[in-house]
Amino acid sequence: MALVLNEEQVMLRDAARDFLTARAPVEHLRSLRDAGNSVGYSSELWAEIVDMGWAAIVVAEEHGGLGYGFAGIGLLLEESGRTLTPTPLLSSSMVAAALITRHGSDDQKATYLPALASGEHLLALAVDEGTQHDPTSCNTVAVEAAGNYSLNGSKVAVVDGGFANTFIVAARKSDESTGLFLVSANATGVKVDTVSHLDTHKAATVLFADVEVSAAAELAMPDGLEFMLDVARIGQAAELLGIAQEVLERTMTYLKDRKQFGVAIGVFQGLAHRAANLYTEIELCKSVVLHALRELDAGTEDIAAIASMAKAKLAETAHLAATEGIQMHGGMGMTDECEIGFFLKRCQIVEALYGDRYFHLDRYAKLSGY
Amino acid sequence: MSDLESFRLETRDWLEENCPKSMRTPYESDDDICWGGRNAKFTSDEQRLWLQRMASRGWTVPTWPAEYGGGGLDREHAKVLADELSRIHARPALMSFGISMLGPALLKFGTEALRQQHIPPIVRGEIRWAQGYSEPNAGSDLASLQTRADDHGDHYKVNGSKIWTSYGDKGDWMFCLVRTDSEARKHEGISFVLFDMATPGVSTKPILLISGASPFTETFFDDVRVEKDQVVGEVNKGWTVAKYLLTHEREMIGESGVSEAGSASISEIAVRKMGLNNGVLKNTMLRSDIAKLEIDEIALDLTIQRARDEVKAGASLGAQSSMFKYFGTELNMRRYELLMAIGGLDALDWDGGENADGLLPKSWLRTKGNSIEGGTSEIQLNIIAKRILGLPG
Repeated sequence: MALVLNEEQVMLRDAARDFLTARAPVEHLRSLRDAGNSVGYSSELWAEIVDMGWAAIVVAEEHGGLGYGFAGIGLLLEESGRTLTPTPLLSSSMVAAALITRHGSDDQKATYLPALASGEHLLALAVDEGTQHDPTSCNTVAVEAAGNYSLNGSKVAVVDGGFANTFIVAARKSDESTGLFLVSANATGVKVDTVSHLDTHKAATVLFADVEVSAAAELAMPDGLEFMLDVARIGQAAELLGIAQEVLERTMTYLKDRKQFGVAIGVFQGLAHRAANLYTEIELCKSVVLHALRELDAGTEDIAAIASMAKAKLAETAHLAATEGIQMHGGMGMTDECEIGFFLKRCQIVEALYGDRYFHLDRYAKLSGY
Repeated sequence: MSDLESFRLETRDWLEENCPKSMRTPYESDDDICWGGRNAKFTSDEQRLWLQRMASRGWTVPTWPAEYGGGGLDREHAKVLADELSRIHARPALMSFGISMLGPALLKFGTEALRQQHIPPIVRGEIRWAQGYSEPNAGSDLASLQTRADDHGDHYKVNGSKIWTSYGDKGDWMFCLVRTDSEARKHEGISFVLFDMATPGVSTKPILLISGASPFTETFFDDVRVEKDQVVGEVNKGWTVAKYLLTHEREMIGESGVSEAGSASISEIAVRKMGLNNGVLKNTMLRSDIAKLEIDEIALDLTIQRARDEVKAGASLGAQSSMFKYFGTELNMRRYELLMAIGGLDALDWDGGENADGLLPKSWLRTKGNSIEGGTSEIQLNIIAKRILGLPG
């Protein structure tokens, strides 16, 4: 399949850009912060997004979705990276929808997919427990008792955890394998503590104390956890691509406008060459992200190396863009008033969740046999 | 069956019958590359046969018009041919600057007579072309070139010298930038001319590089006669032709690193030379640089593929070729730095030893020129900054 957007995808991207820049620009994130919003996103905005069908993109038509695939949701995440708009698109509309489509039972599909497509039901991934992302180490346990499970443990950095209806919880079973369980946020023994991250988005620490979970709430294995995380990583790569492009464009505008020594500072090679290098890196990133989304759409079995490549490359480049963006904006770049610093904050969050560039370089090398 | 599918089957059969077995193996050394030319040295009869057979179908240049001996294929059919060639690991039948540089410029700017004269011999590999661009005092500032072509009625007399002529001592003809108007502004007094390097007054002198090889020459012109009908494009408008051709050169240089990347995975070499410790390469610092390089190699491949797809969809490549030249060459240099580190003490041998007569260190040293030739990395960054990002300057 050609590595270019088709006409429909271009229309979707343009519509998303128009909507987000009009309704939820970076100023939207700032106002959530300054108003002390305790949820971390705007449910009114989400309702409008749902009306446009964005929540239904990954869900198949037979389950009430649009069946439009990953290339589509990738464009939406890329555009929301440009505006830093907090939405449940990644966790719910992309990852949960993909996971349940692939690993869900018929009952689970019937329960969750239409509700995901209609945006009424939100899911959050509860995976990490320690300071470093490490899906191989799972201390949350699921003990079998009378055909059901009892869950005990705690999860950190649960994105959307403060408002999700259901958690997808990774827990170790008696045979030492890691299972994924769909656990209602209202279940007895679930305790949610919201934290505000440095980018104003919210996450949660979630405790599970003797939470009873029916066997029917377990997702089919194997490899569900890795698949779920890899889909998330590719979605993150798309968001990071949006961030990197937006920072580059804003910075180029600044280099053309800002005058020192009587000339626009973009004249100086000390800046121009770094900008040109950044442009080149971002062009490579575009291809990597597009390729990864295409592979997801093609249903490629083994996406682990593709996902790690995408996350490693995008994390590095977006971070470079964000730090260069601040440096090239000079003193203004350090101010809260100038929005450029917001992009670095968001970058740091997206990078660290589900594995940073070091994690993914290491994983990529292992997957490649070294 | 679709037209493309029947073309694929027909091509497959033809290649099966006509591509000699020895032409389906990787190059063993640079000598195995077939450059053609009046003094072509074929390493085997099969190499000669492979060139003749491919040339007879115009498949040394699949997309060039059939009226000049080219293959006359559209992109889809050319892609099928390329796929089929790569399926059997066929070596390129012919490499030449006539194909990668001059030909496209002639097809765009040359008169009908010039095309008829020069393109068929390029297709058949009969004439080997050399490029006369850089001069001792015109490197990055190419347009300040001083080689003069003085008007003598029906012909020019050319005087001056060129430097960094690739295989200048092996060239049969030269495409050359000369100053035809010394009064005009520097970009506006240049013409693009063609002449036989056997013409009296042309001489070459090889330049020994740090790699120990001499792939370039200095080239001197002493009253060299050039016919007026050998000007490509308009007189004094040679810069336009030169720029068009440089774009092609940059794409070729930028992509050369990639084809090499396809041939051997650097991590496989590292594992073989250095060994694993619990499944992980023993030197973990080197390992992370290798992983970054391999990811960037794939990313560049994907980006070249994306650029091709965009061109197919109607976009033009333009200044993006500078990006490919910049990143492709820097990547190839990174690759050789890592190969040297992996090679360790073995990589220090220049003559004899484990290391096939110093092939690795010689290649490593040669890569240092990648970011200089064909426009330095800094020049490419200037072009990206101005022409793509729209920065002033």
